Amino acid sequence: MTATVTAPAATSAEATPPLLRVEALGVRFGRQEVLRDISIDLAAGDALVVLGESGCGKTVLLKSMIGLVKPSAGDVQFEGRSLLRMSDRHLAHLRTRYGFVFQGAALFDSLTIAENVAFPLREHTQIPAAEIRRITESLVDEVGLSRSVLAKKPVELSGGMRKRAGLARALALDPNLVLYDEPTTGLDPIMSDVINELILRVRRRPNVTSVVVTHDMHTARKVADRVIMLYPLFRLRPGEPQIVFDGTPAELDRSTDPRIRQFVEGRAGGRLMELREEQALADKAAAGDEEETA
Amino acid sequence: MATAAPVPSASTGLTGWLAGQVANLGAGAIDLVAGIGDVAIFALRTVGWIFARPQRRDVLIPNFYRIGVMSLPVVALTGLFIGMVLAVQSYAQFKALGLETRLGSVINLSLVRELGPVLAATMLAGRVGSAMAAELGTMRVTEQIDALESMGANPIYYLVVPRFLGCLILIPSLTVMADFMGVLGGYFYSHVLLGIDHHHYWANSREYVDVFDFLMGVFKSLFFGSAIALVSCHHGFHCEHGAEGVGRAATNAFVHSFVLILVLDLFLGIWLNNVHDFFRPEGPRRLL
Repeated sequence: MTATVTAPAATSAEATPPLLRVEALGVRFGRQEVLRDISIDLAAGDALVVLGESGCGKTVLLKSMIGLVKPSAGDVQFEGRSLLRMSDRHLAHLRTRYGFVFQGAALFDSLTIAENVAFPLREHTQIPAAEIRRITESLVDEVGLSRSVLAKKPVELSGGMRKRAGLARALALDPNLVLYDEPTTGLDPIMSDVINELILRVRRRPNVTSVVVTHDMHTARKVADRVIMLYPLFRLRPGEPQIVFDGTPAELDRSTDPRIRQFVEGRAGGRLMELREEQALADKAAAGDEEETA
Repeated sequence: MATAAPVPSASTGLTGWLAGQVANLGAGAIDLVAGIGDVAIFALRTVGWIFARPQRRDVLIPNFYRIGVMSLPVVALTGLFIGMVLAVQSYAQFKALGLETRLGSVINLSLVRELGPVLAATMLAGRVGSAMAAELGTMRVTEQIDALESMGANPIYYLVVPRFLGCLILIPSLTVMADFMGVLGGYFYSHVLLGIDHHHYWANSREYVDVFDFLMGVFKSLFFGSAIALVSCHHGFHCEHGAEGVGRAATNAFVHSFVLILVLDLFLGIWLNNVHDFFRPEGPRRLL
């Protein structure tokens, strides 16, 4: 964003930074580069859906937004403060304003659902036990779980119930930014839509910004007011940006880019042949390495 | 853990291959140093969190129970047998010299100085260390450790410190149990089965085994317990994906803990002997 003297709107935008800013983010694990030069600004109240095929770095992007993955380049800022330059104590405190819904719910196996949902409250507040119980019950009601699950351990619950319990836990501290990692993956179509409904309800809470990482087009159309599509780095032509689409769900549906059309319509196209060729190249490279070593 | 990328050989042929190998030797060394540094930082952060915030009783007690109480029977059993085995192995040699009444001294000295602490630590590494690595590894793979962090809770405080304290505080008790059962086992075999006079057996034991020997074993065990907890939790925290990753974390936790126990045992043994000589300059006592 560039501020100019003649543009008061830009100046005021500069004065109030976006809720979350991802700036020229790059992430690599060893020799493998996953994200390159990703920049996203999120205003308070936005509902962003990050689309992309498996392995394109969506989850890594989401985890970078909360500081769970340390980027190798660029910066992530929450209300103008860099997560990378923050002390552990400040980052831990800042995370109370986040809610993270994990793909597999990531409930603590050793705790009951009640203890799981109450965990952030016990960790960060001095609320008395009776009040914590009341909040826990209302959260469980909100996500449509029966109160009888409160005494159960996560292993006793179905996938959909675990996801909803994970959402209840993420909402415990009334977060400003809720991050969802593949919220509908592995669920039946009805339960998937229940989760979509819940994401919409959470959106309606005051001061809630949502980021949903998914490859489910149904979720994207239902919950997003902005969609970003990431493309795997190794499939890009040199110099191409990794974000191949940034717009509304309606614009996504109208897009004529063949890569986007292929994803939106869920067509394999020539992908099987491409995968076979890539595999053959990888095998050849591996054989070459072995020969060299021998 | 920082991983140094292997250097691809610039040219082909024997020279290129040799150059590649030499260059990768450096990468291996860097990996090793980085790994040790990683565990050291992990250890420092763990110690820091012990003092930063008190632990909750309802987290500590179950950990202590699993680490200490549940390990007691197996430690007692191995202690008992190793005491008897020592009697079996030493008897013939001592009898040939006509010194079988001194059997008590060699059995009990070996037990309290070496075998008691090392066996208790080995059992702890096998029973508790690999289980801790597998448990934390599963938590890593199922994103439970990420979940803790995402809620602003420190995983080292919640997961490592209770396990570390459990191992550190309870391994001396396990060592004493191994010592005690070993002494009983050695006496039982020597007196009941080999017929050695029990007065001489104990009189010799008292003469050659003193409080320092016993305390030396217990003191060493504190280092073993810390090493087991740190190495095992570190392997769990850095577990790779999938069932294979969890299995590997559990195996590596035991193997690395065991190697570390023996290395620590050697260096602590040398150091403690020097401490002993400093306080008792009359020199080592002679068994024979």
